[in-house]
Amino acid sequence: MTEITCIVCPKGCRLVVDEENDYAVTGNSCPRGAEYGRAERKNPVRTLTSTVRLRGGLYPRCPVRTEAPIPKALIFEAMRLLEAVELEAPVREGQAVIEDILGTGTRFVATKDMPKC
Amino acid sequence: MYDVAIVGCGVVGAAAAYALSRYQLKVVVLEKENDVAQGCTKANSAILHAGYDPRPGTLLARLNVEGVRLAKEICRKLDVPYRECGSFVVAFSEEEMEILRELLVRGRENGVPDLRLLGGAQARALEPNLSEAVVGALYAPTAAIVSPWEYCLAMAETAVRNGAEVRLECGVRAIQRREGGFLLDTEGGSVEARYILNAAGAHADEIHNLVAPPTFEIRPDRGEYYLLDKSEGNRVRHVIFQCPTKVGKGTLVAPTVHGNLIVGPNNELPQDREDVATTAEGLEYVARTAKLSVPSVDLRQSIRNFSGIRAASDREDFIIEQAAPGMIDLAGIKSPGLSAAPAIANMAVDLLRKAGLELCEKPNFVDTRTRVRFRELPPEQKAEVIRANPAYGRVICRCETVTEGEILDALHTPIPPRSVDGVKRRCGAGMGRCQGGFCGPRVVEILSRELGMPATEILQDKAGSRILLAETKGGSAHV
Amino acid sequence: MYDLIVIGGGPAGLAAANAAWEKGLRRILIVERDRELGGILNQCIHNGFGLHRFRAELTGPEYAARFIRMLEKTGVEVALDTMALEVTPEYEVHLVSRAEGYRVVQAKAVILAMGCRERTRGAIAIPGTRPAGVLTAGAAQRYVNLEGYLPGKRVVILGSGDIGLIMARRMTLEGAKVLCCVEVLPYSGGLKRNIAQCLEDYGIPLYLSHTVTQIHGRERVEGVTVAQVDASRRPIPGTERDFACDTLLLSVGLIPENELTRQAGIEIDPRTNGAVVYENMETSIPGIFACGNVAHVHDLVDFVSAESERAGCAAAEFVREGERARGDFLELKAGEGVSYTVPQRVRPQRVDSAMEVFFRVRRVYGKSRIAVSSGGTVLRTFPRERLAPGEMEKISLAKSLLEGAQGEICIGIEEDAQ
Repeated sequence: MTEITCIVCPKGCRLVVDEENDYAVTGNSCPRGAEYGRAERKNPVRTLTSTVRLRGGLYPRCPVRTEAPIPKALIFEAMRLLEAVELEAPVREGQAVIEDILGTGTRFVATKDMPKC
Repeated sequence: MYDVAIVGCGVVGAAAAYALSRYQLKVVVLEKENDVAQGCTKANSAILHAGYDPRPGTLLARLNVEGVRLAKEICRKLDVPYRECGSFVVAFSEEEMEILRELLVRGRENGVPDLRLLGGAQARALEPNLSEAVVGALYAPTAAIVSPWEYCLAMAETAVRNGAEVRLECGVRAIQRREGGFLLDTEGGSVEARYILNAAGAHADEIHNLVAPPTFEIRPDRGEYYLLDKSEGNRVRHVIFQCPTKVGKGTLVAPTVHGNLIVGPNNELPQDREDVATTAEGLEYVARTAKLSVPSVDLRQSIRNFSGIRAASDREDFIIEQAAPGMIDLAGIKSPGLSAAPAIANMAVDLLRKAGLELCEKPNFVDTRTRVRFRELPPEQKAEVIRANPAYGRVICRCETVTEGEILDALHTPIPPRSVDGVKRRCGAGMGRCQGGFCGPRVVEILSRELGMPATEILQDKAGSRILLAETKGGSAHV
Repeated sequence: MYDLIVIGGGPAGLAAANAAWEKGLRRILIVERDRELGGILNQCIHNGFGLHRFRAELTGPEYAARFIRMLEKTGVEVALDTMALEVTPEYEVHLVSRAEGYRVVQAKAVILAMGCRERTRGAIAIPGTRPAGVLTAGAAQRYVNLEGYLPGKRVVILGSGDIGLIMARRMTLEGAKVLCCVEVLPYSGGLKRNIAQCLEDYGIPLYLSHTVTQIHGRERVEGVTVAQVDASRRPIPGTERDFACDTLLLSVGLIPENELTRQAGIEIDPRTNGAVVYENMETSIPGIFACGNVAHVHDLVDFVSAESERAGCAAAEFVREGERARGDFLELKAGEGVSYTVPQRVRPQRVDSAMEVFFRVRRVYGKSRIAVSSGGTVLRTFPRERLAPGEMEKISLAKSLLEGAQGEICIGIEEDAQ
């Protein structure tokens, strides 16, 4: 049994997820809450946003994100991948920065145009 | 061998350096911090007192009245923000009116010009936000407000322009008597000088004791303040004091030359001579007490709290005397020290002359100083200065409208800033309502570029006050 | 001569300029003090923007880029690296920049979209020493996300506003240890989602009804004292706890940036700290409009964009049709439990079919109703499951309702019995 805060709407219900009982959810006030609670315990995923080093741009960092959410457990490892990257301006929004994050099939992409300057 | 080594570059040390720099002398100022005006000078009420407070016959009285007269002239010549706004001491009872009458007599004896007593209604006519409980006031039109650190800087810079040296991060550790003078061992190397002026503020007794047997002890006290937003800057037009007590001039409410309102101080014992922390109790006391004289003051408009040390001693009066042959103490400089500084300096010069220092005026003494204050220029001059230097077209501090040009100017002054707060003291960037939230990162960038230092080495203020602890992504050298 | 000058190239200014162009204005200038458009969104590199507007979870730069690309298709002029020093009631704008020097440009209307700034340590008077290492969450965000520096390694965060929560996660990801987040109120002002994903995900405790009572360290922060507070937010003696840290981040509120507004003599609402505005975001000076965080602090950029588009449309109408008679207006009053409303004034005859009203409540409410009344008569109620000060509320009032009102409209909260 795990208690988590529902984030589906601002109400913030305290959900109780029973992992032993096929991830049954109680404490929710709507079906979306139950769905969130189940997913959050079975396979929690997050979109990770961060930066990478950038040469020749307005700033020395370029913002990036995972194109799709990745497993929560991989977040710190994924962060470490970014330390090895240095981009050169110009960079286009959506440009791939890392092709496959730790075998997830998801890419890191730049989230901002960084013209050369 | 220097002719004179001045220990400490607060307002007294700077005034002494400025006074001595008009003579053909080799002068050095030894300052323990990484900037001038870092001790008592930086954090006080910023007031040049008219001079009715000290007892007649004391140095406090004489040097105060003479000092404010000189200050007016120095601020004009050296482009220091100064305003003769006048002051009120307000009374809430007939007993306090009696004190005002004593102050009036005392002030006249001290030679304070134009003092007069006002009734409660008269006082409120001149100062509408005064409390209804005020029954009368002593009005001193010659009291003024000043920017204390700019005042100190202006005198120190002018001294340097005239050949004096200011050595920062040169705290004095030991002093040995040598043939014809002294050898001072400092954190930045040793210095030989024929004469020493001890202007070490809160540490003046320690410096004295390096040379001579103890004759006094610094007993610092501390006062806490609120600085309020410019929206409160017109709450009062004069400095509003309450009746003085044994421990000081009480809590005041006053405009500042920068357009803010200052409220404070209280009076308390610091833990040590560098302890400039604020306390919840102290600030609460200040807030409560200030509202007695100006009930409408809105402390929610606070943009900064600070506290300052006053270098009082175990003596009543200033200590301006020979510590040992060749060394003169300028010590126990409590309030009205800021007011008295140039007069203290002149007295020090006189004592040096009596001790055998020859004073020969320089033919080419430079006694002017100006700086660009972009915000204060009329539009056509704004356009003109940007044409001459486009850096004036880039506003860095939006609250105070301080431009990159002014920051670059500061970096090319005789005593260039080494920290973000050093920039603030010289041109006002970061002094406004957002307190550097917006311009801080931009000032760090400019300092890093101009000083050729990595941003992670840029200081907020004193040594050790680094702002940025590391680069992200393992640093730029990581790849 | 411009038709319209928009001060600020952040989300509000971009949306306003686009909308004014859409409505037919052709000589529009955006003044932006930074070196690029997008405003604060450029440093908000996290996702969560645009859910309402684009049905997508965009990062700040991506959200800004959608508007910048729209703008690039128009002929709107942009003056970057340019600061507006003054706006006059006659629509003159004093500008200063490296490239163009000092100039005064004339427009037929002005939109104020300068955004907001952060409350600082001085504003909340935290006692203690004044070392380096005390900074606002937004300043830290700029250092970390744009400039690539870590301003601290062991961090305590005061205030649980969204920027503080976001920075708790961001600094953790970059290798800092965030010890806790301290909130003086009994509830957080941040979005639930941020509490879950920025604090709970990383095991960062949130101490509600606590505050920082003392800062330690002479040159650099060495620690802070945290204490529990009572119902009137006074620290409770004996509950103090010391945290050894090198940084205190402040996320203690935002204040609309209205220096230019005040200078121009525009009426300010002390509750929002922004201009008093009419239904079309017009200020007390006809032809000068205010929108986005300069008018009132929003939680969601999506609403900033929508509000600013209304301002852009209204400015276009003003330029096209000139000043109309002010006409009668209704005063919108913040009633029981409501801290402010935007707009503050409504001219029912100028409302198309309905008008949106934004407001915030003063405390957390359970199941309750928003009651809209005039002259003591309730005209309409809106049921709500929950209301919280951290979440801006929005209701839509029909033109017919507005026309039936007498002199004023009052918006208040009625909580259902538990």
